[in-house]
Amino acid sequence: MKLKNKRAILIAAVASILVAGAAAWFADDLLRGPNQSSVFEIGGPFVLASSRGGVVDSKKLAGKPYAVFFGFTHCPEVCPTTLYEMSNSLAALGDVAKDFRVFFITVDPERDTLEAMKDYVANFDPRIEALVPTEDQLKQLAPDFRVYYARVPTNDGGYTMDHTASIFLFDSSGRFSGTISYGEAAEMRQAKLRKLLLS
Amino acid sequence: MSLFKQTVFASALTLASAIGIAPGDAHEIKLGNIVIHHPWSRQSPRAADVAAGYMTIANTGKEDDRLVRATSEISASAQIHDMRMAGDVMRMEELPDGIVIPAGATVKLRPKGLHIMFTGLRQQVMEGEEFSGTLTFEKAGTVSVNYEVAAPGGDMSDMH
Repeated sequence: MKLKNKRAILIAAVASILVAGAAAWFADDLLRGPNQSSVFEIGGPFVLASSRGGVVDSKKLAGKPYAVFFGFTHCPEVCPTTLYEMSNSLAALGDVAKDFRVFFITVDPERDTLEAMKDYVANFDPRIEALVPTEDQLKQLAPDFRVYYARVPTNDGGYTMDHTASIFLFDSSGRFSGTISYGEAAEMRQAKLRKLLLS
Repeated sequence: MSLFKQTVFASALTLASAIGIAPGDAHEIKLGNIVIHHPWSRQSPRAADVAAGYMTIANTGKEDDRLVRATSEISASAQIHDMRMAGDVMRMEELPDGIVIPAGATVKLRPKGLHIMFTGLRQQVMEGEEFSGTLTFEKAGTVSVNYEVAAPGGDMSDMH
């Protein structure tokens, strides 16, 4: 495929995501009516297979804050770095983060089987748990989290993934409370986590 | 320069020559007009299939050159990639035509940017170890390099 075509497809994909996002946003406002909160909601209910066996049901997470990060294991930089940094943060936070859970959700379920994800997250803090959606579950989940992901073919017939690289934070009532961006300074990351955990 | 500094400097030079490091640059490879500074990588997670390689490439010549191919002993293949953050989205793109190293210019391969992507890892890349690879330039030809491996999440971009 020519580079130009690839770029055009990419732009079209991004544009459609933006349009869909905007539509979802406004539809949401309409459905809520004028008296409802119009806080920008991120996240949505999920029941996903876990690397620890069984499933994780978001409805059962209430009462404890948690974080969600989307990525894939064939990721040379962003995903391992984010998970290492999170591991360091968790170690540094000590007791306040004792019950904190971090979910690493793959955007590449074709290659990231439960077994592969289990081996991968074993590199990191045990509070980091891998969740593997089916392709259909991922299609539903991504718009809920305003997450973009797309396959990018490589010349050897393989592919890599583009994806949203932020960590989403949820408070103890399960409400979205902010993000940590890739590359954010360690002190800032730590401050956000501490604030979330003490809220 | 204070006497203390002079002493430290002299000791450092002695130490450097004793362990076989040329003063000025501990990790520099020359190939015609191409000068490669400090290739490095990061410890990869166990069970990971990919790792990245970074370095600085200078072209001291009067003609542009182009990095067109890479190989490594640790992986089945190596591709030349560009990574960008577009807002919160990480975007990855293979560069099938390689990376142009313009005449008189320096190009950095570093985290959040251009990099060599090693795929089909044969072994885990471990901190403190080194592994070898080759880089092929359109004009300057092929050269062997050694990648120094940083800690997970470590950054050696500004080391020379």
